[in-house]
Amino acid sequence: MADVIKIATRESYGEALKEIAAECDKLVVLDADLAEATKTVKFKKEYPERFFDCGIAEADMMGVAAGLAASGKIPFASSFAMFAAGRAFEIVRNSIGYPHLNVKIGATHAGISVGEDGATHQCNEDIALMRTIPGMVIINPADGVEAKAAVKAAVEYVGPVYLRFGRLATPIFNDEATYKFEIGKGIQLKDGKDVTIVATGLMVNEAVEAAKLLEADGISARVINIHTIKPIDKDIILKAAKETGLIITAEEHSIIGGLGSAVAETVAEECPVPVVRIGVNDEFGHSGPAADLLKEFGLCKENIVAKTKEAVKKFK
Amino acid sequence: MDSTIKKQLEMTAVNVRMGIIEGTFNAKSGHPGGSLSIADLLTYLYSVKMNVNPADPDMKERDRLVLSKGHTAPALYSVLAEKGFFPKEELKSLRHIGALLQGHPCIHIPGVDMSSGSLGQGISVACGMALAGKIDNADYKVYTILGDGECEEGQVWEAAMFAAHYQLDNLVAIVDNNGLQIDGKITEVCSPEPITDKFAAFGWHVITMDAHDFDSIEKAFDEAEKISGKPVAIIQKSVKGKGVSFMEDKVSWHGTAPNKEQYDQAMAELSARLEELKK
Repeated sequence: MADVIKIATRESYGEALKEIAAECDKLVVLDADLAEATKTVKFKKEYPERFFDCGIAEADMMGVAAGLAASGKIPFASSFAMFAAGRAFEIVRNSIGYPHLNVKIGATHAGISVGEDGATHQCNEDIALMRTIPGMVIINPADGVEAKAAVKAAVEYVGPVYLRFGRLATPIFNDEATYKFEIGKGIQLKDGKDVTIVATGLMVNEAVEAAKLLEADGISARVINIHTIKPIDKDIILKAAKETGLIITAEEHSIIGGLGSAVAETVAEECPVPVVRIGVNDEFGHSGPAADLLKEFGLCKENIVAKTKEAVKKFK
Repeated sequence: MDSTIKKQLEMTAVNVRMGIIEGTFNAKSGHPGGSLSIADLLTYLYSVKMNVNPADPDMKERDRLVLSKGHTAPALYSVLAEKGFFPKEELKSLRHIGALLQGHPCIHIPGVDMSSGSLGQGISVACGMALAGKIDNADYKVYTILGDGECEEGQVWEAAMFAAHYQLDNLVAIVDNNGLQIDGKITEVCSPEPITDKFAAFGWHVITMDAHDFDSIEKAFDEAEKISGKPVAIIQKSVKGKGVSFMEDKVSWHGTAPNKEQYDQAMAELSARLEELKK
């Protein structure tokens, strides 16, 4: 078996900005003193005249991005998810969301896999926050290939987009040559009849691995990658609900307000089936190596297998 | 300033004030005090200074204005109606269900360059517009109007830092220094003063002007025009409620609409002023 290549989605984000900039002169990038970490530095090095550091002032950065968008630019405003979605929430809501401006928010260091920096920087609430803003598109790519494709799609789409990237290098499982990304379209990675695992972000790869283990134990699990959490692909979820009757959601985000909530809301209204949410429970994280934290918080294939077996036993 | 032009501006400003009273009276809510204090400023900007076209509100090369103190939308709407961006009749349905004119500025209204109202945000957006102008080597100017109380918002100073750092000399921020905010005098609530010194310390060129004297207004904007390499802050010394005797310098008129009797009195005063100017 070939060695698994691991790349953090934030790396792919920086690469994509650099690549797209060559063909899109409207593209400008803003950062809030985190260019080295968000990887917008890749763009900055090639296009310094289109890169603007706002300093440690995320609220202002979001407003500046709004003004740029209102004047015909396609601005990417970057910071850690905690500050982009958290600190600047109300500016994103009122200065970007309400006027529906063409601003792209590149939020990196999302989730518990921030690791050693600990709870203050582990943003498990950003999807929940962004979901409440009317017209906001939310994309949470599962690997580097998807991340790059998502950035390209966000540039082509007119309107506000929140892109969520991770700090941790994670396995590349999509094939760049054949991969197709469409905003709002979930991707079925494996068919199954007993249960469906709906995952997003770095949990997608864990879900695929978990499905293999479940298969060996006689449970046929369908796996769906929901890269776009809003607008969510209702069709693929409702079809899975009808055909498998049980859904497990897996995300590196709070179980409150994220993918799990979005999926539960979707099925509750149109095809009620049990939904078991795997994610960060209603608690804060803490410092530690990312890989260890993911295991500790149950954001791993082993926990998906355990929770799925439990659910199958309980509901099927 | 040429006396004929000055008289014309003064008459327009009275009409703008009547529009503010009309709007807030019909809305039975809104913010007449701070609207009246920027009536002369907006009249000057839209009559003399700004390159805008009511027939093409989104004209690329237009000058932009972001009303950071968005609660004073009645003043902006009244000026835009005066200018012909939409019929004056619209002022009568301000804040009503289904109306064009929302309680706070909305980007979808002809002539309104940005939605605003949550204080502290407009100046950042104006910075973004000015930065876009710099990137494109465009000639347009960006104006933003802030309240003095609004200067208590931290984001104002983030934006002030940004504008100076990027040498946005195509940006003019006007602070409406009427000295009052909802809870009382700005110096008693949680003082943002000295506002002039603060903008100067942030690297802005600072000018003060009398908000209700067109000669002073013209002088300030002429000076602003000459500044390069720095953003300009104009601190306008104004009177909240200016032009309606019983509203002047009264904090209670920050966010209260006139009733029928008060509406009649305000309109009578403004009509009398207009007649006086016509002489």
